Amino acid sequence: MNAPSEEATLLDKLRAGDPQAFTTLVDQYTAAMLRVARNYVRSTELAEDVVQETWIAVLKGMANFQGRSSLRTWIFAILINTAKRKGTSEHRHHEVETLAFTGGTVDRARFRDADDPYPGHWRESPSAFPETPEGSILGKELTTIAAEQLALLPERQRIVVTLRDLLGFEADEVCELLDVSLGNQRVLLHRGRAAIRAVLEVYLQG
Amino acid sequence: MMDPTPIDCDQFVELVTDYLENALDDGLRARLEAHLDECDGCLNYLQQMTTTVALLGKVRADEVDPQIRQRLLDAIASWSSQQ
Repeated sequence: MNAPSEEATLLDKLRAGDPQAFTTLVDQYTAAMLRVARNYVRSTELAEDVVQETWIAVLKGMANFQGRSSLRTWIFAILINTAKRKGTSEHRHHEVETLAFTGGTVDRARFRDADDPYPGHWRESPSAFPETPEGSILGKELTTIAAEQLALLPERQRIVVTLRDLLGFEADEVCELLDVSLGNQRVLLHRGRAAIRAVLEVYLQG
Repeated sequence: MMDPTPIDCDQFVELVTDYLENALDDGLRARLEAHLDECDGCLNYLQQMTTTVALLGKVRADEVDPQIRQRLLDAIASWSSQQ
């Protein structure tokens, strides 16, 4: 994220219509915008259309941008609204979906039964994941598996994990963008991360 | 006084994200940390979760196709010139 003073300078240039400032902004955010948009629409082409429409809306709205949220939050809010409009999936029932699922995130069979002397404890303790130095082959394999599993998560979990863990958005920013409570944001993050962890564990156990 | 009820492993795994997000109240946090002090399995589970988060942070956004980038910049320039 830009430091506040950097963002103020960038905003001044954008409002003055400095084309270089827009190029900077496009280069900074387009990859992340395409990734987020792709969560809502069926094809890469549609995601590109969403991003293009978003940039035009950013241009139109720049003069009225109040700076109540960060520039990044504002841009992504426009992006998500645009993507939802173009998307075909149903978005209204998500809060219900979020709360309906009450199962655990770890296989129940991993824990001891109620009649065991240590009910609720691991039958067999998990092992730590190996450290993977920058550039190591195993690190790349695990990152690929994490990315593949991310793509398979339910939509809301996928979007929250993408914003938080891939793109580095703050929790309150995600709540504002997705219009969810902090608590529900954490539930979605928890389930998404836990599902990816489980797949990595299976892979590492071979 | 701290609630002495111990946390079990199957509870820990559902609290781990709240713990990492600093969303637990002091009492529950202390109980959870007391559990971690004596449970290697849950300590490893915590490490697995933080490693998962770190791996996700290394998933790079695909490079933006230069043609797409140029189309966006052209669309912006075209819109700006009409104002």
